Amino acid sequence: MRGIEITITVLILSAIFGYLFAFIAGLCRLSTNPILRGFTSFYVEIFRGTSLIVQLFWLYYAIPMLFGIDLGSNLLAGVLAISLNYGAYMSEIVRGSILAVSKGQSEAATALNMSRFQRMRLVIFPQAVRMMLPEFGNYLIQMLKATSLVSLIGMHDILYHGNILRSSDLSAAPTVYLLILVFYFIMALPLIFLTRKGEAISKKGVASQ
Amino acid sequence: MNWRWDMFFEALPYVLQGIGVTIGLTFACYLFALIVGFGWTFLRRIPNKTINWIITWIMEFIRSTPPLVQLFFIFFAWPMVPYVGVTLSPFASAVLGLGIHFSTYIGEVYRSGIEGVEKGQWEASRALNFSTTQKWTKIILPQAIPPTIPMLGNYLIIMFKEVPLAATIGVVGILHMAESFGSVNFRYLEAYTIVALIFLALSYPSAILINKLERKMNRRFDKKAALNSMNESKGAVS
Amino acid sequence: MSESVVTKEHSQDTQTENKDVIVSYKNITKSFGDVEVLKGINLDIKPAEKVALIGPSGSGKTTIIRMLMTLEQPTSGEIIVDGKNLWHMEKNGDLVPANEKHLREVRGDIGMVFQHFNLFPHMTILENCMTAPIHVQKEDKASAKERSIEMLKKVGLGDKLDNYPSQLSGGQKQRVAMARALVMRPKIMLFDEVTSALDPELVGEVLEVIRDIAKEGEMAMVLVTHEMEFALDIADRVIFLDNGVIAEEGTPSEVLEHSDNERLQQFLHRFRS
Ligand SMILES: Nc1ncnc2c1ncn2[C@@H]1O[C@H](COP(=O)(O)OP(=O)(O)O)[C@@H](O)[C@H]1O
Ligand SMILES: [Mg+2]
Repeated sequence: MRGIEITITVLILSAIFGYLFAFIAGLCRLSTNPILRGFTSFYVEIFRGTSLIVQLFWLYYAIPMLFGIDLGSNLLAGVLAISLNYGAYMSEIVRGSILAVSKGQSEAATALNMSRFQRMRLVIFPQAVRMMLPEFGNYLIQMLKATSLVSLIGMHDILYHGNILRSSDLSAAPTVYLLILVFYFIMALPLIFLTRKGEAISKKGVASQ
Repeated sequence: MNWRWDMFFEALPYVLQGIGVTIGLTFACYLFALIVGFGWTFLRRIPNKTINWIITWIMEFIRSTPPLVQLFFIFFAWPMVPYVGVTLSPFASAVLGLGIHFSTYIGEVYRSGIEGVEKGQWEASRALNFSTTQKWTKIILPQAIPPTIPMLGNYLIIMFKEVPLAATIGVVGILHMAESFGSVNFRYLEAYTIVALIFLALSYPSAILINKLERKMNRRFDKKAALNSMNESKGAVS
Repeated sequence: MSESVVTKEHSQDTQTENKDVIVSYKNITKSFGDVEVLKGINLDIKPAEKVALIGPSGSGKTTIIRMLMTLEQPTSGEIIVDGKNLWHMEKNGDLVPANEKHLREVRGDIGMVFQHFNLFPHMTILENCMTAPIHVQKEDKASAKERSIEMLKKVGLGDKLDNYPSQLSGGQKQRVAMARALVMRPKIMLFDEVTSALDPELVGEVLEVIRDIAKEGEMAMVLVTHEMEFALDIADRVIFLDNGVIAEEGTPSEVLEHSDNERLQQFLHRFRS
């Protein structure tokens, strides 16, 4: 089946940028700078408050109109929509996990005379990341599912090719869509096991309140 | 900048025509998911390893494949399936597709609620010789349901945001209206912005409401934790 | 230093430059919201002095030592550590609230052991000890490792180097916490009820380690404790804190055996019965 490489490309790029946005936004929301905090909260609430499909259409159809610029490609629009959307959701996990590392950990680090940055890097962050793993895995599966939306903005992914097949032979529809579902499931399997592994890791090595 | 207020005000009433369908579909899907979710929870309690394994993986399959493809399957492919296939309206297809997709999540919520009831409660209801029905209606469910309410509320909001997917099979909700406005006038910007604003206006306040509810619930159910920490500080005296 | 004679009477000398004082609390008050928890604490601690801090729960013992560790900021008053003002620094001739950099400079001489251990769960026992010397004191890795192993051997955990905290008993965890603080070579060590989170049968092993450290003598120690026998044994001075003030102080025998302070008698009575 064709289009699978598009699906995987979109997934990988979305995941990379999604986690990146999640960490940046999550840390910014914990910052003491009110402007930075306000701005990130705005981003997070906008993207969590609206639908991914609406964001996708908005980025693809509306943004070029609004600024007279073209995002260049539907790949960029697709990846941006997915990563900004899930980045917003996952930033809450980043923030929550950092806050969930017990206060005693940071106090012990202070008692060892670590700087604020060292406390974060050596003590808080490694523990917070362990807590994030299972949810990050779950969101990876969500992102995989979300990649199917890029067919709606004209990308030639698996679903797009399936739709073409269906329109040339209507009676093939059951086989075509069942196959696509199975394809997605096969791609999801390693992610499901990865998530379970993440759960196992996160159970160890964290001091939470 | 290329924003046109005249287009905005022209598109607004047009797009708003779809809001009834969008909200109606949300609740229809939600109700369907709540009911089917019960089915999953029930099926997973069957004490047979093989059945349990099969059910678990069926749920996993539904949950980890895209709802968009599931919608297409139900709308385009189901009528073509020999013998059992029937043609469904776009609305009914969406209820079925999104409802089943989210029922697998809802089923997990129910399960977490039931598993959250302490083991002692089960033992106590056995010790008091309750019948199975009495055990569930009087002991287990009254304790299992309240903690799940905020989670269930969250899923209502999540489903609300997934409902526009139904536009792809022709359900005329707000997204579909915006699309058709855009294609007629060659102006997508204002119409899609309106859709985004509607979602924001409805889901943001609901999310805050759910959040409050959750905190209230947590306080009620965290009595035990509060008690523990009290004992701890008392322990420091001696 | 271990034979350093401790003057019986509490020194009223509050001069900053006093060479005989390593820590000095000057008129320290602390409020949480509207509640004044500490109401003017004056306290001098000499180098190598062992001070036991006792008092009912909520009297402010923890708050006193947390302010020295910079975990809590005093509401008013000053704390002088080795001649340096802890919570204030000089800027263009004015005394302004300390910034992080200043706090780090001054608190480098202070170490602390917590009631709930606060070991780093994602690091092995050895890493728990090595991390701060390497990153904070910029010691080279080999020597930090060597000293950490030596310290862990000293507290009796030489065979657990690669274990994680979750694999240890409470008493072992607390001994690691002490080793972790000791490798930093502090001049003052603070102990906040380090045995009260432990099962009774594990208390002994931890007190034994503290006794050993105390015997070496070079470090000043402030111990918040409810182990009166232990305080009597190792402390040079006992301070009874009540309602946010120092209500009684003196040698262990003066305070624990010969005082006629009524509140103190009530307090001690609860431990004897
Ligand atoms: N962070 C805080 N916020 C509010 N009140 C506090 C805080 N820390 C301590 N207190 C209060 O200050 C008082 C003294 O606490 P603490 O120093 O822990 O006493 P002790 O260690 O002697 O039991 C107590 O009444 C406690 O409730
Ligand atoms: Mg205390």
